Amino acid sequence: MEIEVLEGVFDANEIIARENRRILDSKNVFMVNLMSGPGAGKTSLVLRTLEALSGKLRCAVIEGDVTGKVDSERIADAGVIAIQINTGGSCHLEAKQVNTALGRLDLESIDLLIVENVGNLVCPAEFRIGEDLKAMILSVAEGDDKPLKYPLMFSESDVLIINKVDLLPFTDFDIGRLKETVKKMNPRIEIFEVSCKTGDGIGEWSSWLKKKVSG
Amino acid sequence: MHELSVVESMIAIVLKHAQANGARKVKKINLVLGEMSTIMEEPVRFYFEIIGKDTIAEGAELAFERKPLIAMCSSCGCEFGVSNYDFTCPKCGALDTEIISGREFRVDSIEIE
Repeated sequence: MEIEVLEGVFDANEIIARENRRILDSKNVFMVNLMSGPGAGKTSLVLRTLEALSGKLRCAVIEGDVTGKVDSERIADAGVIAIQINTGGSCHLEAKQVNTALGRLDLESIDLLIVENVGNLVCPAEFRIGEDLKAMILSVAEGDDKPLKYPLMFSESDVLIINKVDLLPFTDFDIGRLKETVKKMNPRIEIFEVSCKTGDGIGEWSSWLKKKVSG
Repeated sequence: MHELSVVESMIAIVLKHAQANGARKVKKINLVLGEMSTIMEEPVRFYFEIIGKDTIAEGAELAFERKPLIAMCSSCGCEFGVSNYDFTCPKCGALDTEIISGREFRVDSIEIE
C-alpha cells in the first residue's frame, strides 16, 4: 500500500525557526545569522561590528562551534554577552539549538543578536534559525571561485562581506569577477568590502546594519 | 555530516506516517531531491542503514527522484532551467527570478505493508 506523505525533511526545523522569529519579533530583537567557511573572519567581524555599534545598539552574541568556547570568550572579553552552543560534531546550527539559547538571554535588553554559525560554507545554508538577515563572509584568502562551488550559501544570503581586502595586492583574487558571478546568482544581495585587520569598510557595513536594525 | 540530522528528521516523518496507517513494515521510501540541495544521496543511504536499524523502516528501499533547478522570471513569467547558477532570465534578461524547483528534499510517499 502506498501512502502519500509530501512532507519536507526541513519542515520540522522551519516550524521552530518561525517560532524563534515570533519570539524575537515580540521583543523587538533583530537577529543576524553570520555564516562562512572556517577562518574567513566571523569572530573578527563580530568584534569589529560590536565595537562600531557600541553605545548605539544593545548587542549580544550566540556562538556556534563544534566544540570549545574560544570564540565566546573572545566576545565576553570585549564586554558583550555571549552564549556558546557546542554542536558536538554537527556542522551547522539548527533552529532548536538557537531556541534553547534564546531562553538563556534577556531579550528585553537586546536590540541586535548576532549568531555566529559553525564555520562551514555548505550546511548552515540549509537550516533557517529564525533570522532577519543571513550574512556570509568570503575572505580574499579563500579565492574568488567559491560561489559556483557553494551556490546555495551565496544564493541564500542577504549580505556578502568580502573580508581581508588588505590581502588583495598579494593575490590574484578578482573582486569584479566575484561580484558579477554572485549578482547573477542572487541579484538582491548586498556586498561590502572590509578588512577586519585594518578596519577598512567596517563603518559602512555597521552603519548599514544599524539602519536595518532600527528600520 | 549534516545528513545525520537530516536522516533523523526523514525517518521521523516516515515512522509517523507509517504508524498512523498501522504499518507493520515500510518497504520503500520515495524521496524527492532537488539539484541545488546540499544533501547527497550516498550519505543519506549510509545514515539510513544505521539510524533505521531496529525500526519498522529497517531495510526499506530508498528511491530518489531528482528535480532539476528551475526558476521563474518575475518580469516576463517564463520558466527556465538554470545552468551554472546563472539566474538571469534567458528571454528578457531580468535578474528578478524565483526558484520554483530544485531546492527540495521531501518524502513524497512510502510503501507499507
